[in-house]
Amino acid sequence: MKADQKSVLTGVYYIDGDVAAGYGALAAGCKFVAGYPITPSTEAFEAVCHRGPKVGTVFIQMEDELGSISAILGAVWSGVKTMTITSGPGYSLMQEAIGFGAMLETPFVLLNIQRGGPSTGVPTKTGQADMMQSRWGSHGDYEVIAIAPDSPQEMFDYTIKAFNLAEKYRCPVMIMSDECVGHMTEKVVIPDADKIYVEPRRFYTGPAADYRPYKPDPDLVPKMAKAGEGLNLYITGIVHDENGYPVSDEKYKSIYVKRLVDKIRLNKNEIIELKEEGTDGADVIVVSYGISSRVAVKGVEMARQKGVKVGTLRLVTVWPFPDDRINELAKKTKAFVVPEINYGQVVYDVARCAHGHASVVLVPHGGAGVHNPDDVADAIEFAVKQEKPLEGVHEFKTRLEKSVFEGGFKLKE
Amino acid sequence: MATQKVNTNKDIHPMENLLRMDRMPHIWCPTCGIGLAVTAFTAALEKANIDPNMVSIVSGIGCTGRVAGYVKVDSFHTTHGRPIAFATGIKVANPKMKVVVFSGDGDLIAIGGNHFIHAARRNIDMLVVCVNNFIYAMTGGQVAPTTPLAAYATTSPYGCVEPPFNIPYLADSSGAVYVARYTALHIRRLTNALTEALNKKGFSVVEVISPCGMYYSRINRLGDGLEMMKFYHDNVEIKHGEDTKNLEIGFQSKIICGKFVDRERPSYMERYNQWLSEVRASAKNPEGKKGA
Repeated sequence: MKADQKSVLTGVYYIDGDVAAGYGALAAGCKFVAGYPITPSTEAFEAVCHRGPKVGTVFIQMEDELGSISAILGAVWSGVKTMTITSGPGYSLMQEAIGFGAMLETPFVLLNIQRGGPSTGVPTKTGQADMMQSRWGSHGDYEVIAIAPDSPQEMFDYTIKAFNLAEKYRCPVMIMSDECVGHMTEKVVIPDADKIYVEPRRFYTGPAADYRPYKPDPDLVPKMAKAGEGLNLYITGIVHDENGYPVSDEKYKSIYVKRLVDKIRLNKNEIIELKEEGTDGADVIVVSYGISSRVAVKGVEMARQKGVKVGTLRLVTVWPFPDDRINELAKKTKAFVVPEINYGQVVYDVARCAHGHASVVLVPHGGAGVHNPDDVADAIEFAVKQEKPLEGVHEFKTRLEKSVFEGGFKLKE
Repeated sequence: MATQKVNTNKDIHPMENLLRMDRMPHIWCPTCGIGLAVTAFTAALEKANIDPNMVSIVSGIGCTGRVAGYVKVDSFHTTHGRPIAFATGIKVANPKMKVVVFSGDGDLIAIGGNHFIHAARRNIDMLVVCVNNFIYAMTGGQVAPTTPLAAYATTSPYGCVEPPFNIPYLADSSGAVYVARYTALHIRRLTNALTEALNKKGFSVVEVISPCGMYYSRINRLGDGLEMMKFYHDNVEIKHGEDTKNLEIGFQSKIICGKFVDRERPSYMERYNQWLSEVRASAKNPEGKKGA
């Protein structure tokens, strides 16, 4: 269905990624936001607080991140679309409730403007080191969808997409942005509401007596309900049967939890979005996401000038991971170069899918800054020179590391 | 409007309309007081003349956390300590809902203490029923922030060394508009208090002192359920309007029960709606200046 014009701030703006994400949430029909201030995500929450009351979006600043995410989960069961906004330490605090949301099959969006970690880390500067946490951060088996926008325009566009995916698959959707994109100010075009597709909630409409809260549709996703309709919902984080009632035997555990993961895994071709350029016949493919993909552009250009055939594959959705596509490309290319602002997270999934057919080179960065494009270019040249695929993940030594560690830490003999 | 009435057919449970009979038998131990609190609550729901379809019960984790699974209204069994935050979301997103948080002392006052005081400060419209059995019972009898000084628990094998929270005092000083306490023996008074609290605007707290025959009484050699009830009978003093400062519970000390706080303060939704209409109308609205 089309977005509601009242909540779409149509126009051309010069705003940062955080604010664009806030406007995206309003355009997507988000009617409840709970948050807790944390750098560098605060501007997104402020944008919602500023504009929200005008367009009928309620916000509440909770006492902590545990409260924020719990409140948005409650609000979903009152029938509205919701989002919370956070970064590093707040994201860690929210992990238990993310698993709870996945277990209840509660659609919600979580905007994580990643900063340098671990712990307090570098609060005001960038990082991409929460990627694995976004996938595995809560206990137990579940699957999420994670999106990594790389510009303020994409922060707007993909926040809407995040809401649509959350409604379609009834799962947590993480917008795994980072401080650079969050604080990057660029032109953002907000179109008319009739140009914006908004996925409606898949509400149950049959007779109350027949409602089974967790009876899946053919696409493995159950119909949703809300409180106050006389359905006597019982919604619990305990493993439950189709009625929502607690069960603890292994039969139900495997049926129910398997569906939680399979509703994402089996629908992954519908969910995954990649942006590829020049991957056909490329000797090296740069796999990147978020801000690192913007930086990589320059490195790719430099390597191309030196005659290397380089393609780029940008993970717009990072989770679920495009296993099949990476595996297919691995058989045709010599190497993958993966720049990410961490000491190796998504690169291990690239290596898993490359399965020894191609070298996998990590260009690491400790955070609080972005890659030097020269390093990306050098890593591409290094990768293309290899006679046969390198084993495992090869960690490329960047200029920064060479200058500060003199070639890396070593244990004393 | 109440659409369901107490069932007078002798063959079925009088509260069958409000209980999930397909979930019986419940998990609570013999001599536990939680079932009595649920009985009082369902009776109060009838008396308060509230449409059960518009009631949501939110529980956390623990013995009392299981209440959500037995009452036949929209019910949510949330994560440990977070029912008040979850219920805040339900209420703010749909102010028509009557939201009741039904959980235990450990869930609401220890791990969830922060949400308790902030919801009271905001004066969110919700009734919090806090069943206090002085111990973490679901996990086998560990010391709680409500365990009286010197009482035994599995993690205070030489007696509890920490002073307990006085729940009515905490609720009162954080801003709750209605605070009462009764034991599981005082079913009639408890039902009346819950009825009153259900119709109160703002953050209401009813503490229910409950026997825990399996853990608290056993490790402290307090006898069986009947003896616990006799203890309440002999040692409870009803003192309405008592200063909440004086309500701390010592080990096997006198327990003061009654209605302690019943005051008016604008609720969160009242303030929010008023604020919203002012913001929308006001020229001070920064968006209004830009003409957006």
